[in-house]
Amino acid sequence: MSSEAVAVKRRSAGRRLAGFFHGRRKLQLGALLSAPMAWLVILYLGSLAVLLITAFWTVDPLSGSVIKEFSLENFEELVNVPVYREIVWRTVRTAILVTLTDAIIAFPIAFYMAKVASRRGKAILVVAVLMPLWSSYLVKVLAWREMIAEHGIINWALEPLGLHGPGEGLVAVWLVFSYLWLPYMILPIFAGLERIPNSLISASEDLGASPFTTFRRVILPLAFPAVVAGSIFTFSLTLGDYIAPALVSNDQFIGTSIRASITNNQPFAAAFALVPIVVVIAYLGVARRLGAFEHV
Amino acid sequence: MRLSKRARVLLRVAVGLGLAFIYVPLLVIAIQAFNSSKILKWPPPGFTFSWFEKAFESESAREALITSVEAGLVATAIAILLGTLIALALGRNRFFGREAINFLVVIPIALPGIVTGVALSNTFTQVLGVSLSLMTVIIGHATFCIVVVYNNVVARLRRTSVSFEEASSDLGADTWQTFRFVTFPSMRTALAAGALLAFALSFDEIIVTTFTIGAGEETLPIWIFRNLFRPNQLPIVDAVAVILILLSIIPVYIAHRLSSDEGGVGGRGGAGTTTAPPAAIAEAEATAAH
Repeated sequence: MSSEAVAVKRRSAGRRLAGFFHGRRKLQLGALLSAPMAWLVILYLGSLAVLLITAFWTVDPLSGSVIKEFSLENFEELVNVPVYREIVWRTVRTAILVTLTDAIIAFPIAFYMAKVASRRGKAILVVAVLMPLWSSYLVKVLAWREMIAEHGIINWALEPLGLHGPGEGLVAVWLVFSYLWLPYMILPIFAGLERIPNSLISASEDLGASPFTTFRRVILPLAFPAVVAGSIFTFSLTLGDYIAPALVSNDQFIGTSIRASITNNQPFAAAFALVPIVVVIAYLGVARRLGAFEHV
Repeated sequence: MRLSKRARVLLRVAVGLGLAFIYVPLLVIAIQAFNSSKILKWPPPGFTFSWFEKAFESESAREALITSVEAGLVATAIAILLGTLIALALGRNRFFGREAINFLVVIPIALPGIVTGVALSNTFTQVLGVSLSLMTVIIGHATFCIVVVYNNVVARLRRTSVSFEEASSDLGADTWQTFRFVTFPSMRTALAAGALLAFALSFDEIIVTTFTIGAGEETLPIWIFRNLFRPNQLPIVDAVAVILILLSIIPVYIAHRLSSDEGGVGGRGGAGTTTAPPAAIAEAEATAAH
């Protein structure tokens, strides 16, 4: 058979296949979705389901082997042991603090980018804000670790003032998280402010409102959902992270505790991993009520 | 907006301080990498290039880099395939369960990385009895990379009109030809941008990686993490860090090219979908999808 004939035959086979799918939407959909759904449902949702089940198992304290029987022990421990309650509260508190800090730092930048800067200035600022997001997460944590070190730049700068930097600890964790997630706050606020028509602002000004009143009564209410949208990132990213706290503090957070218990008590780690899920879902519920999903 | 002179100055100061907050740490670590002393000290007592030489000579760093690139490429390939398939199914059809699938794609990146990490490692070791390896890392990475490709492609499909595809099939093209000559060319740049984001996300990932990686293996972030605690290695890690900061210009440049290739099609939305960084845009679009 000449190669041309093969080509023709192949093409006709392909055409037959294409013709077979033509107009049969359900079959088309099935063919498109079978592989990705197998991956996401069986592998991923399956894993999450296993995680949920594992959370009810326990570890035999003597042999260290997993006892695959239903028990609420892990959850009782999480609720009743004060240390764990403290860890959860510390993590949530840090997440809230980081969110507020980022909102305060991000808003002026986003506002300047969206409503004040020239076209060129805006383009430059967008790149300037996006750039650090592409550079490695670990590099950024490392930078802070070196800055807060005993002989680092912060202590060097504070020394003439007779002050001493925060060193490793909760303040450092707060600083690092605020640093890491700042662009995640700037971008949604910038997008939200860009959507506010300039004519609304002009109208407010023409009607005699001072810039402050315009800001408070027009811009802020319209941009608030975008701030909440940004806060979802800063909040949930802080909640699950364990690398940054491990590098700049000795304090325990949800992430570090899960990490610590995974090697010898997988069921407990699984139970603990459900905590951030619950908190994130609760937070998303609040965010939805505040309108974060309406037009992000 | 009309602002008083004072307000304008205050705003500029706030922007300046914010940018300083963003860039000073990167600058400090860059200077630190040239520190002639092995011990961390500010200001550095002298300057040297030797840490960069040592970083390039470091066998373990080079191997970790290769591992990271391998994992990133394979995870990206899987994400491109699965993400595009979902985008084609959801972008051009309305059907029962569509929203559920949309949500399902988003979960791996919406949940904290540690949850995905624990869940996958738990399944691999306890249920499937698979030993952790680079393969398990790739599976983990691909899972959260799907959403990035999906978001980019589906956004593009939404912007391009169905009428082109309808015209193609009215003119006698079959499903494959329509895809090959109409749909695919229109989503090519979105696909490239999605792939870039997916690779960057995988290349930088450490949380899911620590839970799914085999004992003998090291990706670059894991290498950095382990060497941070070895005082002798720290200056070399700093040098690697600087190289990584410089390398991060490449994706920014490519993303910029991709968004300018789009021309006027996406308007300012073009910059939004392509120049934006991996996780930010993935999550921003994820929340938008609800």
